[in-house]
Amino acid sequence: MSEKIWSGRQSSEWRKNVGLAEMLKGGVIMDVVTPEQAVIAAEAGASAVMALERVPADIRADGGVSRMSDPKMIKGIQEAVSIPVMAKCRIGHFMEARILEALGVDFIDESEVLTPADDQYHVDKTSFKVPFVCGCRNLGEALRRIGEGAVMIRTKGEAGTGDVIEAVRHMRTLMDEIHVLTVMPKDQLMSAARDMGAPYDLVEEVARIGRLPVPNFSAGGVATPADAALMMHLGAESVFVGSGIFKSGDPARRAKAIVEAVTNYKDPAKLAEISEDLGEPMVGINCDDLSEKERLASRGW
Amino acid sequence: MPDRKTIGVLALQGAFARHIDVVKSLGVSTVELRDPDDLPGINALIIPGGESTAMSKMLVRWGLIEPLQKLIKGGLPVFGTCAGLILLADRLKDWDALPRLGGLNITVARNAYGRQLDSFEASLNITIPGSPEFSESAMEGVFIRAPRIPADSVGSGVEVLCSYDGFPVLVRQENILGAAFHPELTGDNRLHEWFLREIINP
Repeated sequence: MSEKIWSGRQSSEWRKNVGLAEMLKGGVIMDVVTPEQAVIAAEAGASAVMALERVPADIRADGGVSRMSDPKMIKGIQEAVSIPVMAKCRIGHFMEARILEALGVDFIDESEVLTPADDQYHVDKTSFKVPFVCGCRNLGEALRRIGEGAVMIRTKGEAGTGDVIEAVRHMRTLMDEIHVLTVMPKDQLMSAARDMGAPYDLVEEVARIGRLPVPNFSAGGVATPADAALMMHLGAESVFVGSGIFKSGDPARRAKAIVEAVTNYKDPAKLAEISEDLGEPMVGINCDDLSEKERLASRGW
Repeated sequence: MPDRKTIGVLALQGAFARHIDVVKSLGVSTVELRDPDDLPGINALIIPGGESTAMSKMLVRWGLIEPLQKLIKGGLPVFGTCAGLILLADRLKDWDALPRLGGLNITVARNAYGRQLDSFEASLNITIPGSPEFSESAMEGVFIRAPRIPADSVGSGVEVLCSYDGFPVLVRQENILGAAFHPELTGDNRLHEWFLREIINP
């Protein structure tokens, strides 16, 4: 297969890093802020944890500049669990990314949840050995990030709200735009690439294969097993849950329930059983009440 | 290789879709396994890569361990890759309490090669008497946070079909085939074809 075909790339870095993303499918990646939370997440069956200093709900509440986590805290989590450990760097902050790579994290999330470090450019992810995941709101943004080297895409949703509406909006937008490309005559693809600001070779490939060339996960606003199952039906291959677990009344039970819901998303009877008696969900913020500058999802270029 | 047999692919978590793609491309039908109700009618089982801890929880939660163990003991052909190999190991280094299926008389050390930065690819020389397709060229093995089988842990009844760097990476014990790497990720389907031919339809 030619190196021009992204989903068929044969280079070792690409295959093993997309491969790790493949291994995380059908699972839940949970935000944790302490080794104790990481253990709860792993016990619940998380397929990976995201080590960060504050969950998005607290980042929102506290304000100020939000940065990469303290390496000591990340190391503590790496020591506490055997599942993959991810960590976030600020958009465009390639030195935070280098530090996370030196720490040996298994995946870096170049994330809009942290305060962006660069208002024009994202990290050149092809120059790293460690795999990257990036957020998107639409297909153009997804393909720009893949073009920069991301091996996993997650739709952004609106982190720290517990409101799933933005996650749904972004996933529907992405899947609709993919579908439109699959039925578009080939002579229109270049203009489509121009309009969405995406690399032509990736646009052409998505039109042909009918999906992103890398795994496609969902993030930002999932708070219940039903939310997780909804996102899986809309096209997510796995779910990131941030504040939804450790801002709820009974994190251990809720974590386990969301993991079970992702596996059994096609089975409403099981979902009913899974959703029972989980205690209070996170309180949440209605996304419609957020002003434009309070929205994290609009960060990213 | 058109066949009326159905391969059950354990779909609790992980890279099950990639195995399904490979098996389907070989003309064999598949079913996603998530519940004991899905088991009747399967002629073989594939356990994919993913997180062995996550899969173990689900095996317990949905009551799959005992029915699967019974089927495997009864001769159901099984192919486990990476996390699948861990779930099929009789002994685990460090965390032997992990609920799992067992069946392979080996010890497996989880994440023994290290973190993702230590994941690697290697050319694997597979030697199986009577299967010349493996001697034509090496198979590329993608090892992702891979488990390791200490060579001295291989017990009786287990054939080592391939080793890399002194460690067995492909083993067979009668109806059970286990790989520490990911043959479902490279587009080289020789191992899946061999599993279908030699273990399912001997």
